[in-house]
Amino acid sequence: MKNWLHTIQQNKRLQALIVGLYIVVTFFSLYLAQKSVVAFLLLLSSLLLLYFTTFSNRVKWLIGGLVMVVLLPLAASQGEAYQSYMEVATLVGIYIAMALGLNIVVGMAGLLDLGFVAFFALGAYTYGIFATGQANNFMPFGHYPLSGESFWVFIFIGCFVAALFGILLGVPVLRVKGDYLAIVTLGFGEIIRIIFNNLDKPVNITNGAMGLASVQPPRLFGIDFMYPSQFYYIVLVILIAVIFAVRRLEFSKIGRAWKAVRENEIAAQAMGIHLVKTKLMAFAVGASFSGMMGVVFAAKQTFVDPTSFTLLESITILVMVILGGMGSVPGVILGAALVTILNLQVLTELTNWLNQLSLNGVISVPDALSPAKMQRFIFGIILILFALYRPQGLLPAKNPVFNEKELKDTDKLVNAGVQKEATQHVHLDS
Amino acid sequence: MINEVLHTLPQVLIDGLTLGAVYAIVALGYTMVYGILELINFAHGEIFMTGAFVGTAILLTFAGFGWLASMPAIVALILVLVVTSVVTGLLGMGIERVAYRPLRNAPKLITLITAIGVSFLLQDIVRFIAELKNGNYILTGPSLFSGQIGIKASSISSIFNDASVKSSFFIVLIVAVIMMVTLDFFVNRTKWGMAMRAVAQDRETAALMSVNVNKVIALTFFIGSALGGATGVLFAIQYGTIDPYIGFILGLKAFTAAVLGGIGNIRGAMFGGILLGVLEMFAAANLPVVSHGILGAEYKDVFAFAILIIVLIFKPEGLFGKVSVEKV
Repeated sequence: MKNWLHTIQQNKRLQALIVGLYIVVTFFSLYLAQKSVVAFLLLLSSLLLLYFTTFSNRVKWLIGGLVMVVLLPLAASQGEAYQSYMEVATLVGIYIAMALGLNIVVGMAGLLDLGFVAFFALGAYTYGIFATGQANNFMPFGHYPLSGESFWVFIFIGCFVAALFGILLGVPVLRVKGDYLAIVTLGFGEIIRIIFNNLDKPVNITNGAMGLASVQPPRLFGIDFMYPSQFYYIVLVILIAVIFAVRRLEFSKIGRAWKAVRENEIAAQAMGIHLVKTKLMAFAVGASFSGMMGVVFAAKQTFVDPTSFTLLESITILVMVILGGMGSVPGVILGAALVTILNLQVLTELTNWLNQLSLNGVISVPDALSPAKMQRFIFGIILILFALYRPQGLLPAKNPVFNEKELKDTDKLVNAGVQKEATQHVHLDS
Repeated sequence: MINEVLHTLPQVLIDGLTLGAVYAIVALGYTMVYGILELINFAHGEIFMTGAFVGTAILLTFAGFGWLASMPAIVALILVLVVTSVVTGLLGMGIERVAYRPLRNAPKLITLITAIGVSFLLQDIVRFIAELKNGNYILTGPSLFSGQIGIKASSISSIFNDASVKSSFFIVLIVAVIMMVTLDFFVNRTKWGMAMRAVAQDRETAALMSVNVNKVIALTFFIGSALGGATGVLFAIQYGTIDPYIGFILGLKAFTAAVLGGIGNIRGAMFGGILLGVLEMFAAANLPVVSHGILGAEYKDVFAFAILIIVLIFKPEGLFGKVSVEKV
């Protein structure tokens, strides 16, 4: 088996053949069998297969882009289930961006944040309040709801608001040691939810537990974005920007500072890293991704209420990071996709199937055991098992390895700067 | 405005003391484990919740057999308390053995994550069992001590209103005091207590002094969890209705109490619990009055968390804790 894998790894043409064949087969199976969720998931997992190939990064991105932009929507668009497939794909994108944000805080900087969904809520409410009539209650000027064209601006406003609150939360909290931080952020998440739930008096800002209904859909060149198939592309664009940003940050000066702080705060400080600034940066960047996706989420659901932002959501995002591998960008993407699909597709399908079986009288499964209710159980098990047996996650984080010989080579000292950068790129690709 | 606040004061104090006693004992579990392992045992709130469910289940079974009517309520209570504390104590030991011991030398982040996992797992298992047996995971136990006693606070001074007390209030308070005094005696006066303090100070050195560290840690978990479970029973008796999600927020507040009193300090946790309970009840009763209805009683949770954050920022060692210096 190992030999066999090794030969495949050596032979690029063979890899291309396998990946191409896989994509074609799954594409046509989804194209022809529209109701098959399995085919949809298999087509999605072609991206994972692609990740394991040894192509250069550019080729991987090109093929991946082709699958995401053209093949997946095209294959899914042939039946009634089109919108529900795209809904799943959109939510996967939203959660991936959030998990990448939390990955910066937990995985890279080593600060356990258990109230991460608060930033998502801030983003969602920022757009929700101004894109419904709600803002009329307290804004002295302007007409509300704002038109859907403002959505594009609000993506950046949501990003900014969340980052601001990340810093506001960080300033007092970061004087506290690691394990207290978990509790304080947990408290913060709950506080934000309680405040949104009760901020309908004295001035009605968030409409309390009733939530904000009929949020304006985004609009571009006179086209309203109403359906998941349209939101899919918005999310895709933002997601690619986020992945790009995370990849660049990870190997930048600040990214290395985050990792140093994670490994040992005091030692990092001794190496001249400004602790508070570094940690605040992690909080702000992580929160900003979440805030951005909050805006998209509000526009997609056209409805915002406090029940979407409970502790369970925060833990769900944490599970994504732990499952995929703390600090590893591809891992977290995989983890987020797995958990979201498990939540949205696998559990509901299983529940339906079991209900069907009980209806037919094959077996009787008590209502208490229905898989849709078992989220906490599953997440608990995942957290415990991964922490105990595989703390590095499914796809562990890789640190770039430098070729010592090449760096020491004095002949190339003149080009040392260029050389260093080149080697770094080579190893990022792998 | 002051008058209104004073009117409700007797009732607030009584309710606050009840809640505070619950916080205080749950806080003991947090503080003991933190003192010995430097770990926030997130699952402790869930052990409290499990205790409430086990206790209620036993009481319901007794009631089902008709035994409850035939024995004095106090005997039933003692029986339930003992059984529940043994069950939850063993549960706590089991959790330590399975989830925390293998990770004792792992980074703290990993252990915290397991603790959250255990907490979620317990919530769902309890929900599942309750729903399977009962059809609904919200349980209401039989009321053991439901008599109402009026306290004529107005006879002391005309400023106060009369307060009313459920007779279970006294039970909660008495049992809580007995538990706290016993624990204090155990930790400070017995050989095992000395071993616990030694392990908390320095694990390696304690091991060199022939203290069995693993046994002491298991014992700590047993005692903390037993106390937490027993408190769960008291909570169920006092407040009647329980669900599998009571533990998380209550645990969080109990942790706040432990931090308030100085984490690792047992007497501090008791004091912090009582203080937090009274403060929270005071806030719940008076926030709407003081702010003229702008801040509703729903903000009492925000109030408790705000206390936590303020304490952590300005006096992270708590009211009675010692300042510790971190070294590389």
